[in-house]
Amino acid sequence: MELFANQVLAGIATGAIYACMALAVVMIYQAIDHLNFAQGEMAMFSTFMSWQMMQWGVPYWWAFILTVILSFAGGILIERLLFKPLAKAPVLTNVAGFIALFAIVNSVAGLIWDFTIKQYPTPFGSSPFLGSQLISTHQAGMIGVTLLLLAALYFFFQFTRIGLAMRAAASLPESARLVGINTSWMIALGWGMASAIGAIAGMLIAPVVFLEPNMMGGVLIYGFASAVLGGLSSPLGAVIGGFLVGIFENLAGTYIPGVGNELKLPIALALIITVLVVKPAGLFGRPIVKRV
Amino acid sequence: MPFKLRTAVLSAAVIAFAATSGSAFAQKKYDTGASDTEIKIGNIIPYSGPASAYGAIGKTEEAYFRMINDQGGINGRKINFITYDDAYSPPKAVEQVRKLVESDEVLVVFNPLGTPSNTAIQKYLNSKKIPQLFVATGATKWNDPKNFPWTMGWQPSYQSEAHIYAKWLMKEKPDAKVAILYQNDDFGKDYLKGTKDGLGAKASSMITLEESYEVSEPSIDGHIVKIKAANPDVLLIYATPKFAAQTIKKTAELGWKPLQIVTNVSISVGSVMQPAGFENGQGVLSAAYAKDGSDPQWANDPGMKKWNEFLDKYMPGADKTDSALVYGYGAAQTLAKVLQTCGDDLTRANVMKQAASLKDFVPDTLLPGVKINTSVTDFAPVSQLQMMRFKGQKWELFGEIISGDIPTD
Amino acid sequence: MSAAEEVVTEAPAVEAVPKRAMTLGYGTSLVVLAALILTPLFVKNFIIFQMTMLLIYGLAVLALNILTGGSGQFSLGQSAFYAIGAYTTAILMEHFNVNYALTLPVAGVICFAAGFLFGQPALRLSGVYLALATFALATAMPQLLKLGFFEHWTGGVQGLVVTKPDAPFGLPLSQDMWLYYFTLAITIGIYIASVNLLRSRSGRAFMAIRDNEIAASAMGVDVSLYKTLAFGVSAGITGVAGGLGAIAVQFVAPDGYTITLAISLFLGMVVGGVGWLPGSIVGSAFIIFVPNIAEGISKGLSGAVFGVLLFLVIFLVPHGARQVALIAQQLAAKLKKN
Repeated sequence: MELFANQVLAGIATGAIYACMALAVVMIYQAIDHLNFAQGEMAMFSTFMSWQMMQWGVPYWWAFILTVILSFAGGILIERLLFKPLAKAPVLTNVAGFIALFAIVNSVAGLIWDFTIKQYPTPFGSSPFLGSQLISTHQAGMIGVTLLLLAALYFFFQFTRIGLAMRAAASLPESARLVGINTSWMIALGWGMASAIGAIAGMLIAPVVFLEPNMMGGVLIYGFASAVLGGLSSPLGAVIGGFLVGIFENLAGTYIPGVGNELKLPIALALIITVLVVKPAGLFGRPIVKRV
Repeated sequence: MPFKLRTAVLSAAVIAFAATSGSAFAQKKYDTGASDTEIKIGNIIPYSGPASAYGAIGKTEEAYFRMINDQGGINGRKINFITYDDAYSPPKAVEQVRKLVESDEVLVVFNPLGTPSNTAIQKYLNSKKIPQLFVATGATKWNDPKNFPWTMGWQPSYQSEAHIYAKWLMKEKPDAKVAILYQNDDFGKDYLKGTKDGLGAKASSMITLEESYEVSEPSIDGHIVKIKAANPDVLLIYATPKFAAQTIKKTAELGWKPLQIVTNVSISVGSVMQPAGFENGQGVLSAAYAKDGSDPQWANDPGMKKWNEFLDKYMPGADKTDSALVYGYGAAQTLAKVLQTCGDDLTRANVMKQAASLKDFVPDTLLPGVKINTSVTDFAPVSQLQMMRFKGQKWELFGEIISGDIPTD
Repeated sequence: MSAAEEVVTEAPAVEAVPKRAMTLGYGTSLVVLAALILTPLFVKNFIIFQMTMLLIYGLAVLALNILTGGSGQFSLGQSAFYAIGAYTTAILMEHFNVNYALTLPVAGVICFAAGFLFGQPALRLSGVYLALATFALATAMPQLLKLGFFEHWTGGVQGLVVTKPDAPFGLPLSQDMWLYYFTLAITIGIYIASVNLLRSRSGRAFMAIRDNEIAASAMGVDVSLYKTLAFGVSAGITGVAGGLGAIAVQFVAPDGYTITLAISLFLGMVVGGVGWLPGSIVGSAFIIFVPNIAEGISKGLSGAVFGVLLFLVIFLVPHGARQVALIAQQLAAKLKKN
């Protein structure tokens, strides 16, 4: 029983990583109606930028804020330069573009900062949290920041005009244009915000997994899975999805005899697919009705 | 077909040349890839994809041979080092090696990296009688001169290293409960096998938990929690640098202090122990055969001084905490030594012959006392290790130099 | 959240390709065929090997094209079927001494079954959800292959070494050349069969589903059956390609069939032109040769150079090689008129 409780706690701690990334995934999905395969790499690059600033002597929180701003600008810049010209191209061509971006960012980061792992500081410290050694203060801080982000996103999409406009632009671009929404800039804004959220996720994840160019490869798969499980249209669903995937993965690894440990990722993914077959829009997503 | 024909013509021409020229040139013999002015060396290594961290080895070797060429080459011949990207994918490895052999026409394929890639090209190179020299993997199977006379390893095998840990445990901690964390691939499984073989009959009673992880996992905290629940006294960490650092850090965070032994692959002071936290790594054990570029105790070592000068001149800005730079330098220096002893007889057979007759050769980067020895029945050049314990901010060597040679099964 | 359900007129993921535009004209086909038959006679063995790989990846891209271009289903999991095919061939050859040529139909049938079965749950998924499901399949496959349970057959993490076949009947061909012509014959066979499949009643059903699923089912097309069939056929062809790949490379190991392969095949399809079968070979050439070019330009930045080249291609011709072919056709027509 103690092991069970421990694995659940450890799962929540790991799940916080996935939840962070899943929020960034939902953000971009809300803006462009697709998943961006390069999102993890963009987050990694942002994290390296903040690391570099700290190496130059910038204090943590200043580096943090500067990185978020730079990432926001960078996201918009990437959209304007690389993906706006592809707006009329087929969807799959855009996906190929994401893959190209992935390759470029990963390779450039490797050239600038090398592939050795780097220690990344945490502002929260890493002592045990509330007496439990399973969750450190950093992980608790990470969960806190994730929830704050979630609240901010919820507020943004529900109660601000621009958030509403962005949702409209993504799901019904023609109608949105008719009511005077500049859909093109909405998409750019979505890229910027997703990139900024990704940067925050990267800076929170790096102290746990260490900073290196490939640090987001695994995280992104889990982030996608969490977001899809929770429902791509729901930030709350994505966060809950992240924690569920973290917990379930740990329990499968511990309690399924024989293959559980070797196959914990496939088992977790199989579970998600099963959920999707029953609830195709995810646990918290709204069903979509198609017109002929 | 056209290719075979051409080789035949070429070798006929070489023989004719050798026969007609006087005794002054009689000792000059060349195979494809060598001439009076140049020796062509081929190499494959991942420069792209998830394993691109190893690309640093290829870059170091390229730089090393640039240095050799600046110093006048080997016996007056320049080294033409041709290195290609195999992205750690066996099909790509086959394509690139065939390109090296059939299009670039290299003399030897040197230090190709990765067990899967090397397995994929081994049959091809052996059937063409082209040296697959000093492969960059620690699998045991490269020391098999009987079946694969054209393949030779370089570093100590993973299994022999695991043997050393097993022997040490049996002597120092015979009643320990041992947990093993290993990477679920050829690298981790070789260590697992070596440990079990080394413990022999005691394996089943001593090993309480074998836990594997996948490289695709972002964090392995869950595994550590599970291992801790089994409450072992000893934790063997057969993991690559990132995961080894995570393990050392996480066990400390859990307030858990087992005796930890970490694989030689993950002992870099700068890129494993420092990120994991020096305070967390105190007392961790490992074994080494090479010096660490980021370990302060080698600051005045003549060999490492040369290494430092080489890096400053030929790879300015390189990350000296990266153990790949030590590795690449040592392997390249061994090849340079072999080519030098080949003299003017640069045939593939002679390269293998010289590679198999190294006696007490000591590259700049190996630990004091570790020497390279090979013979026609021993294709494992580096096979000695010394155990060490992490203390303060560096590794302290202890015990004697242990030879880890084990026969191929 | 608002209680109203979202109503979306979903644009089809893949643009409609008219049936005739899916193939090449007779003249062009003959020229390509002649080039494929004659080139090996004049080049080095390793180029023949590259050309063999070109055909093999071409087949795998073609298979994906039937799935995506034909029935509109998106897959990032083709590497899984490729792996199953490769392992089937390797295990049959090395453990049971089955003739290499006979292993290929077995690989095809097993993969057809695997694809058909996977197509069942995939029926309920579309768009990004299907992408994730297939992506999951691709990430799970190497781990399944490593599983201790199958290790006796698969060789576990060490993989299996496969023996390369000699030319039969004492033909004076090198192993590489024989394997090339053998692969070429199979490729042509599958290509012709695929073209006919897409022109048949089933092919029309695939395309009706691709263009508008709801309309197709209203017209009486058995959507479930045809969607799973498309998955099965695509997986089957991929399996044959995987088997051929195992013979050509002479080695199978879990590391050869990672998600990277699935992504490469996907890129091949996009570059070749989605739904345009002859483009498969162009896409295949892209995924084999462009990384080599990128590496030639810069070792340290080969990934970045590859990305930039890929961006160039999709900027210039967002519809891939199909667009190039169309432009060429229009030019030719203009020239004729003048």
